[in-house]
Amino acid sequence: MLQEVIASQLRGIVGEKWFRDDRESLITHSYDGTPMLQSLPDGVIYPENTDQVAAILRLLQQYRVPVVSRGSGTNLCGGTVPVEGGVVMVMHRMNRILEVDLENLTATLQPGLNTKTFISHVEGLGLFYPPDPSSMAISTIGGNIAECSGGLRGLKYGTTKDYVIGLEAVLASGEIIRTGGKLMKDVAGYDLTKLLVGSEGTLAVITEATLKLIPPPKSKKTMLAMYKDLYGAARTVSSIIESRIIPATLEFLDNPTIRVVDDFAKLGLPLDMAAILLIEQDGDPETVERDIARIADICRSENAERVSIAADEAEALKLLTARRSAFTALARLRPTTILEDATVPRSKIAEMVLAINEIAARHRVTICTFGHAGDGNLHPTATTDARDAEEIHRVEAAFEDIFEAAIALGGTITGEHGVGLVKAPFLEWKVGTAGIEVMRAIKLAFDPSNILNPGKIFAKSARKRVVLGRG
Amino acid sequence: MIPASPGGTWGELASSLKQSLDYDQLTNCMRCGFCLPACPTFRETGIEAESPRGRIALMKAVADGLMDPDAAFETQMNHCLGCRACEPACPADVKYGQLLEQARSSIEMHTKTHRWWVKTLRKAAFDGMFPHQGRMRLLGGALQLYQRSGLRKLVRGAGLMRLFPAPMREMEAILPDAAYKGVVEQIGAFHPAKGDRIATVGLFRGCIMDVLFTETNKHTVELLNEAGFDVVIPDAQNCCGALHAHSGEQEGAKSLARRNISAFEAAGVDWIVSNAGGCGALLVEYDHLLHDDPQWSGGAAWFAKRAVDVSKLLVEHGLLQASVQTAVPVGTQGAATARVGASDIGSTASSPAGGEVLAADPGRRGSCGGSNGATPPAAAVEMVRITYQDSCHLRNVMRSSDAPRTLMRSVANAEFIELAESDRCCGSAGIYNLTQPEMAGQILDHKMEQVKRTNAYYLLTSNPGCLLQMKLGIEKHGMSGDMQAVHLVDFLHERICVR
Repeated sequence: MLQEVIASQLRGIVGEKWFRDDRESLITHSYDGTPMLQSLPDGVIYPENTDQVAAILRLLQQYRVPVVSRGSGTNLCGGTVPVEGGVVMVMHRMNRILEVDLENLTATLQPGLNTKTFISHVEGLGLFYPPDPSSMAISTIGGNIAECSGGLRGLKYGTTKDYVIGLEAVLASGEIIRTGGKLMKDVAGYDLTKLLVGSEGTLAVITEATLKLIPPPKSKKTMLAMYKDLYGAARTVSSIIESRIIPATLEFLDNPTIRVVDDFAKLGLPLDMAAILLIEQDGDPETVERDIARIADICRSENAERVSIAADEAEALKLLTARRSAFTALARLRPTTILEDATVPRSKIAEMVLAINEIAARHRVTICTFGHAGDGNLHPTATTDARDAEEIHRVEAAFEDIFEAAIALGGTITGEHGVGLVKAPFLEWKVGTAGIEVMRAIKLAFDPSNILNPGKIFAKSARKRVVLGRG
Repeated sequence: MIPASPGGTWGELASSLKQSLDYDQLTNCMRCGFCLPACPTFRETGIEAESPRGRIALMKAVADGLMDPDAAFETQMNHCLGCRACEPACPADVKYGQLLEQARSSIEMHTKTHRWWVKTLRKAAFDGMFPHQGRMRLLGGALQLYQRSGLRKLVRGAGLMRLFPAPMREMEAILPDAAYKGVVEQIGAFHPAKGDRIATVGLFRGCIMDVLFTETNKHTVELLNEAGFDVVIPDAQNCCGALHAHSGEQEGAKSLARRNISAFEAAGVDWIVSNAGGCGALLVEYDHLLHDDPQWSGGAAWFAKRAVDVSKLLVEHGLLQASVQTAVPVGTQGAATARVGASDIGSTASSPAGGEVLAADPGRRGSCGGSNGATPPAAAVEMVRITYQDSCHLRNVMRSSDAPRTLMRSVANAEFIELAESDRCCGSAGIYNLTQPEMAGQILDHKMEQVKRTNAYYLLTSNPGCLLQMKLGIEKHGMSGDMQAVHLVDFLHERICVR
């Protein structure tokens, strides 16, 4: 429980209704989208504007009370679980689009805005905001920025960080900073905008963002390539990139994933295939036609059994639905679904897919693999049961091995979900001791009392493991 | 443990919840949050506890002993509309509706906190009224007497309605004319198909439907006959039990279910057809309701497999779409013209033209309700703009949202306009609009904003609760001159049959 002196001041800042410390509020802010994690906060607060955020942080810094800012809590790294208690700051009330600047092609908005609402709004204006995290119907733009969310279009268009060009944020001290702006070029000092994107709520609380918008592609085409040979499918990914074609979407589904997706969505997918690739290209009609024809050739030369090009939008949508329902379908297999996002250079996709299968077999766990293969970002997904401690232990051991394999191939422990709590013990494997030290120093500069989302990114102790080589 | 009041404690509720909540379902919730945008109460408040993920977290916290149930817990469980829009949205297929019923059932056994009139209403409804079709008839008769004898005028004139809480006052004002005689009393229990018989269907007449919407029941029978079905209406059937089940009165729901299963088994029907989404949703889940009753589980499975909404049966098995209609639109004054009178409607055509429209097959029959079998000449039907509010339970539990739309799109001279967010609950939700008037009112206001934008003349629904709520919304928002809420069946009947 918070001391009454703090609680009453928090009520004074936001009003009686918007600070809560009843059991119901604490329980319902003790988790996020990550399986098996739960920790109760001491209070929940819903600020309405930047000044309130500043006042809240000044107060909490004074009393050294931890604060976890969050949107819809859809993240998969435990990033918004209040492991050290304190106050959960829900940004839902700050949800306005402040401006869409049609001369500069930018949008300025508040962090609690729902991502899909925002995307629909700009599409209505004939503009395009490419980051499309699978959670976009639920997630907030602020949460996307804090975690640097990716999605199906990351390969060609980049991820959230490529579209955030200006921020307003409140530091732990309560001071308000502004970074960047409606500027395509800006090298005034360190790039604090980029630093805050993906900082997982540990450096500042984002209260306003300016995003870059682009013109939408004129046309698009979707195709499906089917393989009897898993390695061939994965190798195709590297071959396409090597041929200097960057598709808008290049997704991979392995056989167990194909089976559950089809069982769930009844799409008539080829159940006898070891893997399928879902490929989409967009742009000018001629370029799209040419690229899709070239890609189809590459698929065949890598021994694709069949290549089919969607005849129309309806069929394309069916295929995309298949991919998007992968998570849905896998979630029905067993009670607990642990989805990770090991990422490797695009040339190493094939090796990584084989490594995941070998590791799953060795630890006797079920891991289905799908993901944004085109940007090297795979989602090995364990279907398990949180109540079976022994199995969970094997799952964790398998994921440790998967992270290690990814790093050995020159990859990383997370491509788009963030470090949070779950991958904090592995961060040092990726960035090294000196890397951690620099990061800690940055954290100290922003948040000297360590009140902003404590316990995340930096683990108390790293997993001991010697990483032998880097591919 | 803190005693809630004499005779019941939160501790007892805690242990009862621990026993009744399905722990597998609680574990299946992986907290991904996909349910959040689908949930009407989350949308209205933006508060996590007001979402399915939040409510499941609260149930799990009680089951895990992390939290003792308290008044806030009870309030939160009652705050859910039970619309189950979260279920189609859930990747892990968590049976939220079942969890909610389990929680409410425990709460009902222990609660002491209902407001006096909610308590009175519940007792009267659940024990005294719904289980007894005869009493429902009497209630209908009393209501009819009240409405027609001038008593209503007297009561309203004397301001006596002010004695009742606002939500009940509002409902009284929009209640349609009740009937003392139900569908069987009015038209008998067996109605043969027109032309060749496809199958025999048993009409589930419903209790509220049969008192307040007897005409709709009659129209359902006529449409089904028209589409090639023999219709029987077993008189031994009674209330479906949905209001009981959704309000935590599990035992009441089960005993009603058993009687319905017996009644329809005895009638030997191929289908059991419902015209109320709220009832239908429970009918298709009788197998779940009675799954732990070995004596009845077989019958329940038989029943659940055959239960179907009238729209789905018409679209998938009926023979209505066999013909074309040549009706010419008259009156260009737009959608808000006077409602087309039944006598103006020519449903069956003699000359082929135009595209696929819904009309009875001229070769099969004459008029739906008529007896002479004569084919009336093609007559003009005014073009009318229609829109549709889904019944949540028809959509989310019976998973039928296409069939009503297919029917509406295929009606001649009707322009179907999709209502934005028609998949969102209207706030009626059984007796929710009476027990949770504030949230229900807020949801209804948002609903009516969308309804207004359609500029439709007919607002169609597939469930009596939704229909009453839409009538209330139209009344409250001063739209009664421009729009009417009508049951889909009545609209189809008007357009297809000649009475």
